[in-house]
Amino acid sequence: MKAFTTLTGVAAPMPAANIDTDKIIPARFLKTIARTGLGKSLFANMRYNEDGSEKPDFVLNQEPYRHAEILIAFDNFGCGSSREHAPWALLDFGIRCVIAPDFADIFHSNSFKNGVLPVALPRAVCEQLMEDSRMGGNARITIDLERQVVVRPNGEEIPFEVDSFRRHLLLNGLDDIGQTMQHASAIDDYEAKQRAAQPWLYA
Amino acid sequence: MAKPRTLFDKIWEAHVVETLPDGTVLLYIDKHLTHEVTSPQAFEGLRQTGRRVRRPDATIAVVDHNIATDASRYGRIEDPESRQQVETLERNVAEFGVPYIPLTDARQGIVHVIGPELGLSLPGMTLVCGDSHTSTHGAMGALAFGIGTSEVEHVLATQTLLQKPAKNMRVTVDGVLPVGCTAKDIVLAIIGHIGTAGGTGHVIEFAGEAIRALDMAGRMTVCNMSIEAGARAGMVAPDQTTFDYVKGRPFAPKNEAYDRAVAWWKTLPSDADAHFDKEVRLDAAVIAPQVTWGTNPEAVLPITGKVPDPATVADPDRRAQMARMLEYMDLKPGQALDGLKIDVAFIGSCTNSRIEDIRAVAAIAKGRKVAEGVRAMVVPGSGLVKLAAEAEGLDRILLEAGFEWREAGCSMCLGMNPDKLKPGQRSASTSNRNFEGRQGPGGRTHLCSPAMAAAAAIAGRLVDVRAWLPNGDAA
Repeated sequence: MKAFTTLTGVAAPMPAANIDTDKIIPARFLKTIARTGLGKSLFANMRYNEDGSEKPDFVLNQEPYRHAEILIAFDNFGCGSSREHAPWALLDFGIRCVIAPDFADIFHSNSFKNGVLPVALPRAVCEQLMEDSRMGGNARITIDLERQVVVRPNGEEIPFEVDSFRRHLLLNGLDDIGQTMQHASAIDDYEAKQRAAQPWLYA
Repeated sequence: MAKPRTLFDKIWEAHVVETLPDGTVLLYIDKHLTHEVTSPQAFEGLRQTGRRVRRPDATIAVVDHNIATDASRYGRIEDPESRQQVETLERNVAEFGVPYIPLTDARQGIVHVIGPELGLSLPGMTLVCGDSHTSTHGAMGALAFGIGTSEVEHVLATQTLLQKPAKNMRVTVDGVLPVGCTAKDIVLAIIGHIGTAGGTGHVIEFAGEAIRALDMAGRMTVCNMSIEAGARAGMVAPDQTTFDYVKGRPFAPKNEAYDRAVAWWKTLPSDADAHFDKEVRLDAAVIAPQVTWGTNPEAVLPITGKVPDPATVADPDRRAQMARMLEYMDLKPGQALDGLKIDVAFIGSCTNSRIEDIRAVAAIAKGRKVAEGVRAMVVPGSGLVKLAAEAEGLDRILLEAGFEWREAGCSMCLGMNPDKLKPGQRSASTSNRNFEGRQGPGGRTHLCSPAMAAAAAIAGRLVDVRAWLPNGDAA
């Protein structure tokens, strides 16, 4: 996983609540066996016409948002299915941070594991950032994970909360499994105890 | 005295391997179900890092999401990408020694139908799958939740997950459910009440007289859709209904082990004075058959309701969202839901494809005919459900009425296999999501119960199923 420290980039405004995972990546694109290559299908139903041509009024089809690295949205972003293809598609497009008032649990967890940072900020702040992002390429937003602040184009710094364990893994680009493997003997002990108490769980 | 605990607390605490300094818990996972769509990248990760599957005996794989539900599936899978995904799963299970239920096995079916059916999902377990509707298995009195592919890989490699504890929420449904209403109507009414993010960060325990009265299939329907309220998981405390259901299932404990297991399972229900961070109460007696009108499951009303008017909504974003929903669904404010013409009736999915659901459909279909121009599909949740229905003669009733009787799979729930809505088509669907494009690009989904979908198929429009019951107006 690529480490996430500081990101400065164009933010795309998507002023809607409940942007679900079927919108982010429709199910017909889940037939891949790779993690990469999904960027072109990100938001496919909103982004393309039936003949495959672009819908010009969709934000990611407009300059400078074709190069957006940040997405600003409203409540309950990422609700719906558990498909990790959602953060894979965002990442493959180039988006490494989503800012919204809150996130659906599974999407939230999946994002961290792929180096995509979900930043939860109060609705009023998201509305401010939405306005900032409408200024396009002149309005670059910075996300500093080290200092846990979002920096608005006018220089104002907005602090945000992030789980300390997730922050540590993200700053260092560490993968979860390697971390857990360090506890292998505790897992062995747990299994020995459980096997004695509930043998039916062991074939 | 020990602190009173909830059902969730008890299962959680019994599975803590280690608590890390910041409060993150290494949680042991008893059962891991996998399927073709969310596992390829996980197995690939194991291969790249030289890791093995820690407990193949606690893991099982099945194909369900992208397969066809007609006879064509027993030949060569036509779609090259679907074929590649199925072949990749078969290669992975062989290489890593994971038990596998192939397409040709009568036990094949939707992962959330076969888990309980085969006794793979048991009370007191932690159970995961790379699919959000894993919450279904919470009906067993298990802690069951959906995970992403990175977590699938994590469980395969370590049989654990890194988790933060969830908060406790209890939804109590008191009273007796009226005739013509089902578990599906209960859960849609709950989601309409608390919203699509009403359960975020929480595990919901469903309790109360109306929940206790449900059979296991009904409890599965309720828990299945807890994710649509944003909850991490849904659960129902195990009771005699649960123990009777589990007894004798192929992978369930037997004889002395069963007795020992039941003794433990009986200790699991929440203590009388356990603390819940959030409590919601509903009265079952006032629930009417539900149907969604919009493009998320909280956009739901009784069938007697009328499409709401965005002009009455004060918040500009909510107003815009509602207007967008009506535009997508091709509905007008004030329009009655009862009478809305449909093109397709879909009965199936991990929400409603069990034998009880198919009986409910057959009861409505018997002696009637599907309306001209309507495509009506019944897709059993598993090969075993299909066999059971055929043994009862339900397939003949359905076929005579003009329903399609198909092979087990996820089918038209999610638009990633050949069963899809065409753009602009309107469906009455027993599935779980009415998102834009969910059942196929441009498709318009109205979620409802199996009986409501069956009545809609016959009427050719959304109708109030209560009129169709014995002694009803249309009976």
